[in-house]
Formats: sequence, structure tokens, C-alpha cells
Amino acid sequence: MSFDVDIIGRVGDTEIRCRIEPIDGLTVLFGPSGSGKTSVLNMIAGLIDPSYGHIRVAGETLFDEDWDPWNYGSMPAPKRRAGYVFQEPRLFPHLRVRANLLYGRREGAGLDVDETIALLGIAHLLDRWPRTLSGGEARRVAIGRALLSDPRFLLLDEPLSSLDRARREEIMTLIERLRDEVKLPILMVTHDRGEAERLGTRIVEI
Amino acid sequence: MTAELWGIVWLSLKVGGVAVLGCLPVAFTLAWLLARGRFPGKLLLDGLVHLPLVVPPVVTGWLLLLAFAPVGPIGSWLQDWFGVSVLFRWTGAAIASAVMALPLMVRAMRLSIEAVDRRLEQAAATLGAGRWRVFASVTLPLSLPGVLAGAVLGFARALGEFGATITFVSSVPGETQTLPLAIYAALQMPDGEAQVLRLAGISVLLSLAALLASELIARRAGRGLHVL
Repeated sequence: MSFDVDIIGRVGDTEIRCRIEPIDGLTVLFGPSGSGKTSVLNMIAGLIDPSYGHIRVAGETLFDEDWDPWNYGSMPAPKRRAGYVFQEPRLFPHLRVRANLLYGRREGAGLDVDETIALLGIAHLLDRWPRTLSGGEARRVAIGRALLSDPRFLLLDEPLSSLDRARREEIMTLIERLRDEVKLPILMVTHDRGEAERLGTRIVEI
Repeated sequence: MTAELWGIVWLSLKVGGVAVLGCLPVAFTLAWLLARGRFPGKLLLDGLVHLPLVVPPVVTGWLLLLAFAPVGPIGSWLQDWFGVSVLFRWTGAAIASAVMALPLMVRAMRLSIEAVDRRLEQAAATLGAGRWRVFASVTLPLSLPGVLAGAVLGFARALGEFGATITFVSSVPGETQTLPLAIYAALQMPDGEAQVLRLAGISVLLSLAALLASELIARRAGRGLHVL
């Protein structure tokens, strides 16, 4: 069970159409900039609503234009439990790294806190303020924060940009592990054909 | 300093402090509505909030007098329900100061709420935070420097309040005679120069301290540092 998306939406003057058939594994959203890839992620995360269509993830309906009117057809973002790694880290500047990581922490998460921290190599950053982190460090903290919120699915918006080669390899291995072992449905946006082909179970062009 | 002088300073601080504390939740709510709200009449509300800034203070004081007089809409209500009147009382002076400080406080708070990055609130929402948690854990702490700066600015404004206060609650020594009113009263006395000098000195020092505090808070915020 994975992403089952068929939506038409409008952001500004751009009409966005996206159709993703439900297939297990990692779906790569591939396309030129300005084609609305990030908007599709925002719609699945519940930050904006499409005009028509439906969004289902792992069998659960998150949006349906024909839904009962009390919910306005849309599940609120906090209830969707998306693990959303935004293009920019969006760490909370008034909280230290540790508090950032634990912000969305839910008990019974599939991933252990210490294990996740070790996996991302951010143990030495826990007491730092976000503004003192490098781009790659902030990115890894953002990934950790999303993973520790016990997400039902992952939305990754160019998660490998601004990382050096070694770190890139590590994060790719982590994503593969989440895909194959934890079996999280993952939707990933990328510009890089190589990344797309290595990680993607299938590639959706938009 | 004499006991009389201390009394005046203490009264001014009390009036200013109560005015700002009482005004704080009102100002923050208004600032929030103006920064984030979408409703008809927003422009009108914006205008009303800023009115005390442009209307002559005497007019504001007179309007307060009409409202809080025993036959006025708020005054009669206070009299009927609580048996109190704020006329010629320090509480009335605090109300006048609060009304005059409101526009400044709302302005500072509104700017700081508008400066909060909405994308951080979105990130909090995807992490499972409902509206109240987003507000309490992201929006409020990030706008706190502006809220504090606004409060300090409002306090400074309240310390200097004259026109609305003297019109509304008159100049009663020991009850409504705050620093500016005491200075004015001393000026009317034949040999009041020494007293004027002392009061004016204290007044300038207090205002300067408040202004510096406001500036410091704003600067810390500007550098992205954390007030708390």
C-alpha cells in the first residue's frame, strides 16, 4: 500500500495535475522547476488543498473532494502524520537541536531516538542552536526530526541537495533502509536523474 | 528624596505598570487579528486602534469621562455590578494611560507577529502540532521580543501620559497626580522651580531607561537571539 494520488489544484496562476498509482516502495516525483512538485507535497501534507481529486496513503484517505462536508473533505495537517522534510530545513530557531528533534516525538515510533541520532551522525550537535549549523548538518537534523515524529509516510523535497558526497551516500543508504526495512511509503522530489534511478521504485514525471 | 517625591514616583510606576499589564492581552489580541485575521472591517479596526495616537489627548480623556461617568455606559455598569467608580481614582489614570499606550503596543506586536516565518508554523503542523501548540511553541516565542519591546514602549508612553489623564481623572495629589501632572502642578506654584527640576530629572531618567530597554530587546531580536 502506498500513495494513491489523483489531484488537480491551483497555486497562484499554475494549474497542477498529478496522478500517482499505488505501488509499494519509493516514488520519485521528477520534473522541471516550476512544475509544482513541491506543491504536490504540500497538498499531500495537508498544508494546501487541491481543488479536485483524492489523496490516499497506505489505504487511509487524507483528502477527497466527495468526502463528508463536516471535514471539508480534508484531514487536518497535524493528523496526517506526514514526515515532511522540506527543501529548506525549517528548524525552529528558538529551540536547540535536541528540542527540534523531539518536537514531534510520539511514543511507539518505529525508530529509536538514539539509533536515529547515530544513524544521521548528529550526536555532537544536540546542544547547538540551529543558526550555528552548516547546511548539511541542518538538513540531517530536519530529516531526524521528521523520522522521530513516527510518520506514516515520508515526503522528501530534494533531501540530498546541499550535502557533500560522503554524507549523500549515507543519507541514500538511510532512505533505502527506510524503504526496504521499515517499509515506509516515500515520495521524493529530485532533480537528479541518478538519484531518481537508484532510489526510486518508479518515477513519476510531472 | 522626600516621601512626597517617592509617592509621586511610586504612583507613576504603579499606574504605568497596571496600564501595561492590563493592556497586554488586549493589545496582543488586536495585534494578532490585524496581522493574521481576514475579516470585513479590518481597516476600520486598524483605524480605531490608532485613533488615540492622532486624536488630541484631551478629546480621548473627555470620551473616557463620558464612558466612565456614573451615567455613562461603562460607568453605570461598574457602579451597578461592582459598586466602584474609577473617576478621580488611580485606576482611572491607569485606564487613560492604557488607552493612550494601546496603539504603540499593538504596532510593535503586530510587526513582530507578521515577521514570524509561516513556514515554521507549517513545519510544526506536519509534526503533529495542533493550532494551540503551534501558537504556544512557535508563534508566541518567536514574536516575544516584539511583544516585550511593545510593552516597554507602552510603559514609557504611560509614564508620560498627561492630557487624557488630567481630563479624565483630574490631578488629585496622591491618587491621580503622576509625574507629568505633578510637574504641571509644581509649575503653577510661585516657588516650584526646584520641585519641577527634581521631577523632570526623574521623569527623563525613567523614560530613557524604558526606551533603552525597548531598544535592547529589539536589537537582541534583530540578531536572532533569544530573549528567554
